[in-house]
Amino acid sequence: MELIHHILNTGWATLFDVVPIAAILMFFQAVVIRRVPPNPKRIAVGFLYVLIGLTLFLVGLEMALFPVGETMARQLTDPQFLGGDALLGRVNWLDYAWVYAFAAAIGFATTAAEPSLIAVALKAEQISGGAIKANGLRIAVAIGVAVGVSLGAYRIVSGTPLHWYIIAGYVVVILQTIWASKFIVALAYDSGGVTTSTVTVPVVTALGLGLASTIPGRSPLLDGFGLIAFASLFPIMAVLAYANLAEWLQKRRHLRDPNGQEETNP
Amino acid sequence: MNEFLQIAKGLARLLMDAARDLLPIVVVIAFFQAVVIREPFPNLSETLIGTALVVLGLAFFVRGLEMGLFPLGEAMAQAFAKKGSILWLMGFAFALGFGTTVAEPALIAVAAEAASTAAEGGLIGHDEQSLDDYAYGLRMTVALSVGIAIVIGVVRIIKGWPIQWVIIGGYLCIVALTFFAPAEIVGIAYDSGGVTTSTITVPLVTALGVGLATSIRGRNPMTDGFGLIALASLTPMMFVMVYGMVY
Repeated sequence: MELIHHILNTGWATLFDVVPIAAILMFFQAVVIRRVPPNPKRIAVGFLYVLIGLTLFLVGLEMALFPVGETMARQLTDPQFLGGDALLGRVNWLDYAWVYAFAAAIGFATTAAEPSLIAVALKAEQISGGAIKANGLRIAVAIGVAVGVSLGAYRIVSGTPLHWYIIAGYVVVILQTIWASKFIVALAYDSGGVTTSTVTVPVVTALGLGLASTIPGRSPLLDGFGLIAFASLFPIMAVLAYANLAEWLQKRRHLRDPNGQEETNP
Repeated sequence: MNEFLQIAKGLARLLMDAARDLLPIVVVIAFFQAVVIREPFPNLSETLIGTALVVLGLAFFVRGLEMGLFPLGEAMAQAFAKKGSILWLMGFAFALGFGTTVAEPALIAVAAEAASTAAEGGLIGHDEQSLDDYAYGLRMTVALSVGIAIVIGVVRIIKGWPIQWVIIGGYLCIVALTFFAPAEIVGIAYDSGGVTTSTITVPLVTALGVGLATSIRGRNPMTDGFGLIALASLTPMMFVMVYGMVY
Protein backbone atom coordinates (compact mmCIF):
# COMPACT_ATOMS: atom_id res chain seq x y z
CA MET A 1 0.00 0.00 0.00
CA GLU A 2 2.80 2.34 0.95
CA LEU A 3 4.58 1.36 -2.25
CA ILE A 4 1.60 2.41 -4.39
CA HIS A 5 1.44 5.69 -2.51
CA HIS A 6 5.14 6.27 -3.16
CA ILE A 7 4.78 5.45 -6.86
CA LEU A 8 1.86 7.88 -7.22
CA ASN A 9 3.80 10.62 -5.43
CA THR A 10 6.88 10.16 -7.58
CA GLY A 11 4.70 9.98 -10.68
CA TRP A 12 3.16 13.31 -9.77
CA ALA A 13 6.62 14.86 -9.28
CA THR A 14 7.87 13.41 -12.58
CA LEU A 15 4.79 14.79 -14.32
CA PHE A 16 5.77 18.26 -13.13
CA ASP A 17 9.26 17.77 -14.59
CA VAL A 18 7.77 16.82 -17.94
CA VAL A 19 5.07 19.53 -18.09
CA PRO A 20 7.35 22.50 -18.93
CA ILE A 21 9.02 20.49 -21.70
CA ALA A 22 5.67 19.35 -23.10
CA ALA A 23 4.40 22.96 -22.92
CA ILE A 24 7.38 24.27 -24.92
CA LEU A 25 7.01 21.53 -27.52
CA MET A 26 3.25 22.12 -27.87
CA PHE A 27 3.65 25.90 -28.08
CA PHE A 28 6.14 25.71 -30.95
CA GLN A 29 4.20 22.92 -32.60
CA ALA A 30 0.95 24.93 -32.47
CA VAL A 31 2.18 28.49 -33.04
CA VAL A 32 5.21 28.13 -35.28
CA ILE A 33 5.06 24.83 -37.13
CA ARG A 34 1.26 24.77 -37.24
CA ARG A 35 1.06 21.18 -38.32
CA VAL A 36 0.22 18.01 -36.45
CA PRO A 37 3.31 15.78 -36.20
CA PRO A 38 3.07 12.36 -37.87
CA ASN A 39 1.51 9.65 -35.65
CA PRO A 40 0.34 11.94 -32.83
CA LYS A 41 -1.28 9.05 -30.98
CA ARG A 42 1.90 6.99 -31.03
CA ILE A 43 3.92 9.97 -29.78
CA ALA A 44 1.44 10.56 -26.95
CA VAL A 45 1.66 6.91 -25.92
CA GLY A 46 5.44 7.19 -26.11
CA PHE A 47 5.41 10.17 -23.75
CA LEU A 48 3.18 8.23 -21.38
CA TYR A 49 5.63 5.31 -21.45
CA VAL A 50 8.54 7.66 -20.71
CA LEU A 51 6.58 9.06 -17.78
CA ILE A 52 5.68 5.62 -16.41
CA GLY A 53 9.19 4.33 -17.03
CA LEU A 54 10.93 7.22 -15.27
CA THR A 55 8.53 7.00 -12.33
CA LEU A 56 9.09 3.27 -11.74
CA PHE A 57 12.81 3.75 -12.34
CA LEU A 58 13.09 6.52 -9.72
CA VAL A 59 10.97 4.67 -7.13
CA GLY A 60 13.08 1.55 -7.65
CA LEU A 61 16.32 3.51 -7.36
CA GLU A 62 15.20 5.10 -4.11
CA MET A 63 14.22 1.72 -2.70
CA ALA A 64 17.14 -0.36 -3.88
CA LEU A 65 20.17 1.50 -5.08
CA PHE A 66 20.47 4.80 -3.25
CA PRO A 67 20.29 3.50 0.34
CA VAL A 68 22.71 0.70 -0.44
CA GLY A 69 25.10 3.01 -2.32
CA GLU A 70 25.10 5.52 0.51
CA THR A 71 25.53 2.89 3.22
CA MET A 72 28.43 1.32 1.37
CA ALA A 73 30.13 4.66 0.76
CA ARG A 74 29.86 5.36 4.48
CA GLN A 75 31.04 1.91 5.55
CA LEU A 76 34.00 1.89 3.19
CA THR A 77 35.22 5.31 4.32
CA ASP A 78 34.77 4.53 8.03
CA PRO A 79 38.15 4.73 9.87
CA GLN A 80 37.19 1.54 11.78
CA PHE A 81 36.97 -0.33 8.49
CA LEU A 82 40.09 1.24 7.00
CA GLY A 83 42.27 0.61 10.04
CA GLY A 84 45.94 1.59 9.91
CA ASP A 85 46.74 5.29 9.95
CA ALA A 86 43.12 6.35 9.62
CA LEU A 87 42.47 5.32 13.23
CA LEU A 88 45.24 7.65 14.35
CA GLY A 89 43.69 10.54 12.45
CA ARG A 90 46.32 10.53 9.72
CA VAL A 91 45.67 10.14 6.02
CA ASN A 92 47.66 7.57 4.11
CA TRP A 93 46.29 7.32 0.61
CA LEU A 94 47.22 3.65 0.35
CA ASP A 95 44.74 2.77 3.11
CA TYR A 96 41.91 3.72 0.81
CA ALA A 97 42.50 1.04 -1.83
CA TRP A 98 39.01 -0.44 -1.35
CA VAL A 99 37.51 3.02 -1.80
CA TYR A 100 39.19 3.43 -5.20
CA ALA A 101 38.07 -0.04 -6.22
CA PHE A 102 34.51 0.67 -5.12
CA ALA A 103 34.56 4.07 -6.88
CA ALA A 104 35.66 2.45 -10.13
CA ALA A 105 33.16 -0.42 -9.85
CA ILE A 106 30.18 1.77 -8.96
CA GLY A 107 31.14 4.31 -11.65
CA PHE A 108 31.17 1.56 -14.27
CA ALA A 109 27.96 -0.06 -13.04
CA THR A 110 25.84 3.07 -12.71
CA THR A 111 26.94 4.30 -16.14
CA ALA A 112 25.95 1.01 -17.75
CA ALA A 113 22.37 1.56 -16.50
CA GLU A 114 22.17 5.30 -17.29
CA PRO A 115 19.03 5.90 -19.41
CA SER A 116 20.38 9.06 -21.12
CA LEU A 117 23.45 7.19 -22.30
CA ILE A 118 21.27 4.36 -23.62
CA ALA A 119 19.33 6.96 -25.63
CA VAL A 120 22.43 8.53 -27.18
CA ALA A 121 24.06 5.15 -27.86
CA LEU A 122 20.93 3.89 -29.65
CA LYS A 123 20.88 7.03 -31.80
CA ALA A 124 24.61 6.76 -32.60
CA GLU A 125 24.26 3.13 -33.70
CA GLN A 126 21.30 4.03 -35.91
CA ILE A 127 23.00 7.02 -37.58
CA SER A 128 26.38 5.41 -38.09
CA GLY A 129 24.62 2.49 -39.78
CA GLY A 130 25.99 0.09 -37.19
CA ALA A 131 29.65 1.24 -37.50
CA ILE A 132 29.37 2.28 -33.87
CA LYS A 133 27.84 -0.40 -31.67
CA ALA A 134 25.56 0.90 -28.92
CA ASN A 135 26.92 -1.53 -26.34
CA GLY A 136 30.55 -0.94 -27.33
CA LEU A 137 30.10 2.79 -26.89
CA ARG A 138 28.44 2.30 -23.52
CA ILE A 139 31.26 0.08 -22.29
CA ALA A 140 33.89 2.62 -23.43
CA VAL A 141 32.01 5.38 -21.61
CA ALA A 142 31.58 3.23 -18.49
CA ILE A 143 35.33 2.50 -18.39
CA GLY A 144 35.97 6.24 -18.63
CA VAL A 145 33.64 6.96 -15.73
CA ALA A 146 35.24 4.16 -13.68
CA VAL A 147 38.73 5.63 -14.12
CA GLY A 148 37.44 9.17 -13.58
CA VAL A 149 35.54 8.51 -10.34
CA SER A 150 38.40 6.43 -8.97
CA LEU A 151 40.91 9.22 -9.67
CA GLY A 152 38.45 11.72 -8.24
CA ALA A 153 38.27 9.70 -5.02
CA TYR A 154 42.08 9.71 -4.86
CA ARG A 155 42.01 13.50 -5.27
CA ILE A 156 39.67 13.89 -2.29
CA VAL A 157 41.84 11.57 -0.19
CA SER A 158 45.06 13.32 -1.17
CA GLY A 159 43.53 16.80 -1.00
CA THR A 160 45.17 18.03 -4.22
CA PRO A 161 43.54 20.93 -6.11
CA LEU A 162 40.77 19.95 -8.51
CA HIS A 163 41.58 22.37 -11.30
CA TRP A 164 45.00 20.87 -12.09
CA TYR A 165 43.41 17.49 -12.80
CA ILE A 166 40.73 19.01 -14.99
CA ILE A 167 43.15 21.24 -16.90
CA ALA A 168 45.47 18.27 -17.48
CA GLY A 169 42.44 16.32 -18.69
CA TYR A 170 41.59 19.09 -21.16
CA VAL A 171 45.12 19.00 -22.55
CA VAL A 172 44.84 15.24 -23.08
CA VAL A 173 41.44 15.63 -24.79
CA ILE A 174 42.84 18.32 -27.12
CA LEU A 175 45.81 16.12 -28.05
CA GLN A 176 43.53 13.13 -28.67
CA THR A 177 41.22 15.27 -30.80
CA ILE A 178 44.12 16.18 -33.09
CA TRP A 179 44.70 12.52 -33.89
CA ALA A 180 41.15 11.17 -33.75
CA SER A 181 38.91 10.66 -36.75
CA LYS A 182 36.54 13.62 -37.01
CA PHE A 183 33.73 11.08 -37.44
CA ILE A 184 33.63 10.31 -33.73
CA VAL A 185 34.74 13.61 -32.14
CA ALA A 186 31.26 15.13 -31.70
CA LEU A 187 29.88 11.92 -30.21
CA ALA A 188 32.86 11.62 -27.86
CA TYR A 189 32.31 15.17 -26.55
CA ASP A 190 28.62 14.45 -26.03
CA SER A 191 29.31 11.28 -24.10
CA GLY A 192 30.80 13.38 -21.29
CA GLY A 193 27.57 15.19 -20.53
CA VAL A 194 25.16 12.30 -20.89
CA THR A 195 26.82 9.95 -18.43
CA THR A 196 26.19 12.04 -15.36
CA SER A 197 22.45 11.76 -14.95
CA THR A 198 19.72 10.06 -12.95
CA VAL A 199 21.68 7.08 -11.61
CA THR A 200 25.27 8.27 -11.45
CA VAL A 201 24.91 11.72 -9.87
CA PRO A 202 23.27 10.71 -6.55
CA VAL A 203 25.50 7.69 -5.95
CA VAL A 204 28.72 9.48 -6.88
CA THR A 205 27.78 12.56 -4.86
CA ALA A 206 27.11 10.36 -1.82
CA LEU A 207 30.55 8.81 -2.23
CA GLY A 208 32.22 12.23 -2.46
CA LEU A 209 30.42 13.63 0.57
CA GLY A 210 31.08 10.43 2.55
CA LEU A 211 34.79 10.61 1.78
CA ALA A 212 35.15 14.31 2.48
CA SER A 213 33.29 14.10 5.80
CA THR A 214 35.24 11.14 7.24
CA ILE A 215 38.76 12.10 6.16
CA PRO A 216 40.43 14.31 8.75
CA GLY A 217 41.09 17.83 7.52
CA ARG A 218 38.61 17.73 4.62
CA SER A 219 35.42 19.75 4.55
CA PRO A 220 32.45 18.14 2.77
CA LEU A 221 31.45 21.54 1.44
CA LEU A 222 34.79 22.46 -0.05
CA ASP A 223 36.26 19.06 -0.96
CA GLY A 224 33.13 16.97 -1.59
CA PHE A 225 32.60 18.49 -5.03
CA GLY A 226 34.47 17.51 -8.15
CA LEU A 227 33.61 13.84 -8.66
CA ILE A 228 30.93 14.70 -11.22
CA ALA A 229 33.48 16.79 -13.11
CA PHE A 230 35.80 13.78 -13.26
CA ALA A 231 32.91 11.55 -14.30
CA SER A 232 32.03 13.83 -17.20
CA LEU A 233 35.58 14.46 -18.44
CA PHE A 234 37.02 10.95 -18.52
CA PRO A 235 34.39 9.35 -20.80
CA ILE A 236 35.46 11.85 -23.49
CA MET A 237 39.01 10.54 -23.23
CA ALA A 238 37.83 6.92 -23.16
CA VAL A 239 35.72 7.26 -26.32
CA LEU A 240 38.49 9.17 -28.13
CA ALA A 241 41.03 6.57 -26.99
CA TYR A 242 38.78 3.84 -28.33
CA ALA A 243 38.64 5.67 -31.69
CA ASN A 244 42.41 6.28 -31.68
CA LEU A 245 43.06 2.61 -30.98
CA ALA A 246 40.65 1.37 -33.65
CA GLU A 247 42.29 3.60 -36.26
CA TRP A 248 45.80 2.64 -35.23
CA LEU A 249 44.95 -1.06 -35.48
CA GLN A 250 43.41 -0.56 -38.89
CA LYS A 251 46.44 1.38 -40.15
CA ARG A 252 48.78 -1.30 -38.91
CA ARG A 253 46.76 -4.00 -40.66
CA HIS A 254 46.94 -2.08 -43.91
CA LEU A 255 50.71 -1.65 -43.58
CA ARG A 256 51.24 -5.35 -43.02
CA ASP A 257 48.87 -6.49 -45.69
CA PRO A 258 48.55 -3.88 -48.46
CA ASN A 259 46.06 -6.09 -50.30
CA GLY A 260 43.71 -6.01 -47.34
CA GLN A 261 42.47 -2.59 -48.37
CA GLU A 262 41.21 -3.85 -51.71
CA GLU A 263 39.33 -6.61 -50.00
CA THR A 264 37.55 -4.32 -47.58
CA ASN A 265 36.75 -1.71 -50.27
CA PRO A 266 35.92 -3.66 -53.39
CA MET B 1 -3.63 -13.71 -31.47
CA ASN B 2 -0.49 -13.42 -33.56
CA GLU B 3 -0.30 -9.72 -32.86
CA PHE B 4 -0.63 -10.33 -29.16
CA LEU B 5 2.23 -12.82 -29.27
CA GLN B 6 4.40 -10.29 -31.04
CA ILE B 7 3.76 -7.63 -28.39
CA ALA B 8 4.53 -10.11 -25.62
CA LYS B 9 7.77 -11.05 -27.38
CA GLY B 10 8.78 -7.40 -27.76
CA LEU B 11 8.05 -6.75 -24.11
CA ALA B 12 10.06 -9.77 -23.00
CA ARG B 13 13.04 -8.58 -25.05
CA LEU B 14 12.85 -5.07 -23.57
CA LEU B 15 12.74 -6.51 -20.06
CA MET B 16 15.70 -8.77 -20.80
CA ASP B 17 17.73 -5.81 -22.11
CA ALA B 18 16.86 -3.74 -19.06
CA ALA B 19 17.83 -6.58 -16.72
CA ARG B 20 21.16 -6.92 -18.53
CA ASP B 21 21.78 -3.17 -18.18
CA LEU B 22 21.22 -3.43 -14.46
CA LEU B 23 23.27 -6.56 -13.86
CA PRO B 24 26.63 -4.77 -13.26
CA ILE B 25 25.20 -2.72 -10.41
CA VAL B 26 23.78 -5.81 -8.72
CA VAL B 27 27.10 -7.65 -9.10
CA VAL B 28 29.16 -4.72 -7.76
CA ILE B 29 26.98 -4.19 -4.72
CA ALA B 30 26.67 -7.90 -3.93
CA PHE B 31 30.43 -8.35 -4.24
CA PHE B 32 31.33 -5.45 -1.95
CA GLN B 33 28.66 -6.41 0.55
CA ALA B 34 29.67 -10.06 0.70
CA VAL B 35 33.45 -9.93 0.28
CA VAL B 36 34.58 -6.56 1.59
CA ILE B 37 32.11 -5.34 4.17
CA ARG B 38 30.95 -8.84 5.17
CA GLU B 39 27.69 -7.83 6.75
CA PRO B 40 24.21 -9.20 6.08
CA PHE B 41 22.25 -7.25 3.53
CA PRO B 42 19.88 -4.66 5.06
CA ASN B 43 16.26 -4.79 3.81
CA LEU B 44 16.74 -7.53 1.26
CA SER B 45 13.09 -7.75 0.19
CA GLU B 46 12.79 -4.01 -0.33
CA THR B 47 15.95 -4.01 -2.41
CA LEU B 48 14.63 -6.83 -4.60
CA ILE B 49 11.29 -5.09 -5.22
CA GLY B 50 13.16 -1.88 -5.99
CA THR B 51 15.42 -3.64 -8.48
CA ALA B 52 12.39 -5.18 -10.22
CA LEU B 53 10.82 -1.70 -10.49
CA VAL B 54 14.03 -0.27 -11.98
CA VAL B 55 14.09 -3.01 -14.64
CA LEU B 56 10.43 -2.42 -15.50
CA GLY B 57 10.95 1.35 -15.57
CA LEU B 58 13.97 1.14 -17.85
CA ALA B 59 12.05 -1.07 -20.30
CA PHE B 60 9.14 1.39 -20.45
CA PHE B 61 11.52 4.33 -20.82
CA VAL B 62 13.40 2.87 -23.79
CA ARG B 63 10.12 1.92 -25.53
CA GLY B 64 8.72 5.42 -24.93
CA LEU B 65 11.92 6.94 -26.26
CA GLU B 66 11.60 5.12 -29.57
CA MET B 67 7.87 5.83 -29.86
CA GLY B 68 7.64 9.40 -28.60
CA LEU B 69 10.71 11.51 -27.87
CA PHE B 70 12.93 10.57 -30.82
CA PRO B 71 10.31 10.85 -33.60
CA LEU B 72 8.90 14.08 -32.18
CA GLY B 73 12.33 15.71 -31.82
CA GLU B 74 13.27 14.77 -35.35
CA ALA B 75 9.90 15.75 -36.85
CA MET B 76 10.16 19.17 -35.23
CA ALA B 77 13.75 19.66 -36.40
CA GLN B 78 12.70 18.80 -39.95
CA ALA B 79 9.67 21.09 -39.79
CA PHE B 80 11.87 23.98 -38.62
CA ALA B 81 14.43 23.29 -41.35
CA LYS B 82 11.69 23.26 -43.98
CA LYS B 83 10.16 26.47 -42.67
CA GLY B 84 13.55 28.13 -42.92
CA SER B 85 12.96 30.68 -40.16
CA ILE B 86 16.21 30.80 -38.24
CA LEU B 87 14.81 33.20 -35.67
CA TRP B 88 12.04 30.79 -34.62
CA LEU B 89 14.48 27.90 -34.58
CA MET B 90 16.72 29.81 -32.20
CA GLY B 91 13.75 30.72 -30.05
CA PHE B 92 12.87 27.04 -29.87
CA ALA B 93 16.48 26.06 -29.10
CA PHE B 94 16.70 28.60 -26.29
CA ALA B 95 13.31 27.65 -24.81
CA LEU B 96 14.23 23.96 -24.88
CA GLY B 97 17.57 24.54 -23.15
CA PHE B 98 16.31 27.04 -20.58
CA GLY B 99 12.95 25.35 -19.90
CA THR B 100 14.32 21.87 -19.34
CA THR B 101 17.16 23.04 -17.09
CA VAL B 102 15.45 25.54 -14.82
CA ALA B 103 13.22 22.88 -13.18
CA GLU B 104 15.88 20.15 -13.11
CA PRO B 105 15.82 18.56 -9.61
CA ALA B 106 19.55 17.79 -9.64
CA LEU B 107 20.30 21.44 -10.37
CA ILE B 108 18.03 22.67 -7.57
CA ALA B 109 19.89 20.39 -5.14
CA VAL B 110 23.32 21.51 -6.34
CA ALA B 111 22.34 25.20 -6.20
CA ALA B 112 21.26 24.84 -2.57
CA GLU B 113 24.53 23.11 -1.69
CA ALA B 114 26.48 25.79 -3.52
CA ALA B 115 24.76 28.47 -1.47
CA SER B 116 25.86 26.81 1.80
CA THR B 117 29.39 26.50 0.44
CA ALA B 118 29.43 30.19 -0.43
CA ALA B 119 28.19 31.05 3.06
CA GLU B 120 30.89 28.83 4.58
CA GLY B 121 33.51 30.59 2.50
CA GLY B 122 32.25 33.97 3.68
CA LEU B 123 31.10 35.13 0.25
CA ILE B 124 27.51 35.73 1.39
CA GLY B 125 25.65 36.05 4.69
CA HIS B 126 24.41 33.03 6.65
CA ASP B 127 20.75 34.10 6.83
CA GLU B 128 18.05 32.28 4.89
CA GLN B 129 17.27 35.19 2.58
CA SER B 130 20.80 35.54 1.17
CA LEU B 131 21.13 31.74 0.83
CA ASP B 132 17.89 31.54 -1.17
CA ASP B 133 18.82 34.53 -3.32
CA TYR B 134 22.19 33.04 -4.12
CA ALA B 135 20.75 29.61 -5.00
CA TYR B 136 18.01 31.15 -7.15
CA GLY B 137 20.49 33.35 -9.01
CA LEU B 138 22.74 30.38 -9.62
CA ARG B 139 19.86 28.28 -10.99
CA MET B 140 18.83 31.05 -13.39
CA THR B 141 22.45 31.49 -14.46
CA VAL B 142 22.85 27.82 -15.29
CA ALA B 143 19.50 27.62 -17.11
CA LEU B 144 20.41 30.72 -19.13
CA SER B 145 23.78 29.21 -20.01
CA VAL B 146 22.18 25.98 -21.24
CA GLY B 147 19.69 27.95 -23.36
CA ILE B 148 22.55 29.91 -24.91
CA ALA B 149 24.53 26.69 -25.42
CA ILE B 150 21.74 25.07 -27.44
CA VAL B 151 21.39 28.27 -29.54
CA ILE B 152 25.15 28.32 -30.26
CA GLY B 153 25.01 24.59 -31.01
CA VAL B 154 22.16 25.05 -33.50
CA VAL B 155 24.02 27.93 -35.21
CA ARG B 156 27.04 25.66 -35.40
CA ILE B 157 25.03 22.94 -37.14
CA ILE B 158 23.59 25.45 -39.63
CA LYS B 159 26.99 27.00 -40.37
CA GLY B 160 28.84 23.69 -40.24
CA TRP B 161 31.58 24.84 -37.85
CA PRO B 162 33.74 21.93 -36.68
CA ILE B 163 32.79 20.97 -33.11
CA GLN B 164 36.38 20.65 -31.91
CA TRP B 165 37.15 24.38 -32.34
CA VAL B 166 34.06 25.37 -30.40
CA ILE B 167 34.80 22.95 -27.56
CA ILE B 168 38.53 23.66 -27.36
CA GLY B 169 37.74 27.39 -27.30
CA GLY B 170 35.38 26.67 -24.42
CA TYR B 171 38.09 24.74 -22.56
CA LEU B 172 40.49 27.66 -22.89
CA CYS B 173 37.84 30.05 -21.50
CA ILE B 174 37.22 27.70 -18.55
CA VAL B 175 40.93 27.42 -17.77
CA ALA B 176 41.35 31.20 -17.91
CA LEU B 177 38.29 31.79 -15.70
CA THR B 178 39.50 29.22 -13.15
CA PHE B 179 42.36 31.51 -12.15
CA PHE B 180 40.09 34.51 -11.58
CA ALA B 181 37.08 32.86 -9.92
CA PRO B 182 36.89 32.51 -6.11
CA ALA B 183 38.35 29.14 -5.08
CA GLU B 184 35.11 28.07 -3.32
CA ILE B 185 33.09 28.20 -6.51
CA VAL B 186 35.46 26.25 -8.80
CA GLY B 187 34.41 22.77 -7.63
CA ILE B 188 30.72 23.59 -7.94
CA ALA B 189 31.27 25.18 -11.35
CA TYR B 190 33.04 22.10 -12.68
CA ASP B 191 30.31 19.81 -11.33
CA SER B 192 27.48 21.98 -12.65
CA GLY B 193 28.35 21.03 -16.22
CA GLY B 194 27.46 17.41 -15.55
CA VAL B 195 24.22 17.81 -13.69
CA THR B 196 22.31 19.98 -16.14
CA THR B 197 21.47 17.43 -18.80
CA SER B 198 18.46 15.45 -17.60
CA THR B 199 17.08 12.16 -18.82
CA ILE B 200 14.28 13.75 -20.83
CA THR B 201 16.39 16.59 -22.22
CA VAL B 202 19.14 14.38 -23.64
CA PRO B 203 16.99 12.33 -26.08
CA LEU B 204 15.08 15.43 -27.23
CA VAL B 205 18.18 17.56 -27.77
CA THR B 206 20.01 14.70 -29.49
CA ALA B 207 17.05 14.13 -31.81
CA LEU B 208 16.91 17.87 -32.53
CA GLY B 209 20.60 18.01 -33.51
CA VAL B 210 20.52 14.85 -35.58
CA GLY B 211 17.24 15.88 -37.25
CA LEU B 212 18.65 19.29 -38.20
CA ALA B 213 21.88 17.86 -39.55
CA THR B 214 19.90 15.33 -41.58
CA SER B 215 17.60 17.92 -43.18
CA ILE B 216 20.22 20.60 -43.97
CA ARG B 217 22.08 19.80 -47.16
CA GLY B 218 25.81 19.27 -46.78
CA ARG B 219 25.64 18.40 -43.09
CA ASN B 220 26.50 14.97 -41.79
CA PRO B 221 24.30 13.72 -38.90
CA MET B 222 27.29 11.99 -37.32
CA THR B 223 29.84 14.82 -37.34
CA ASP B 224 27.41 17.76 -37.19
CA GLY B 225 24.35 16.30 -35.46
CA PHE B 226 26.02 15.43 -32.17
CA GLY B 227 27.67 18.04 -29.97
CA LEU B 228 24.68 19.90 -28.50
CA ILE B 229 24.97 18.06 -25.18
CA ALA B 230 28.70 18.75 -25.08
CA LEU B 231 28.04 22.49 -25.38
CA ALA B 232 25.24 22.32 -22.82
CA SER B 233 27.66 20.83 -20.29
CA LEU B 234 30.42 23.34 -21.10
CA THR B 235 28.72 26.74 -20.82
CA PRO B 236 27.38 26.21 -17.25
CA MET B 237 30.97 25.89 -16.01
CA MET B 238 31.88 29.30 -17.47
CA PHE B 239 28.69 31.03 -16.38
CA VAL B 240 28.87 29.69 -12.81
CA MET B 241 32.46 30.92 -12.43
CA VAL B 242 31.49 34.35 -13.79
CA TYR B 243 28.53 34.31 -11.38
CA GLY B 244 30.94 33.63 -8.51
CA MET B 245 33.18 36.50 -9.59
CA VAL B 246 30.36 39.02 -10.04
CA TYR B 247 28.17 38.13 -7.06
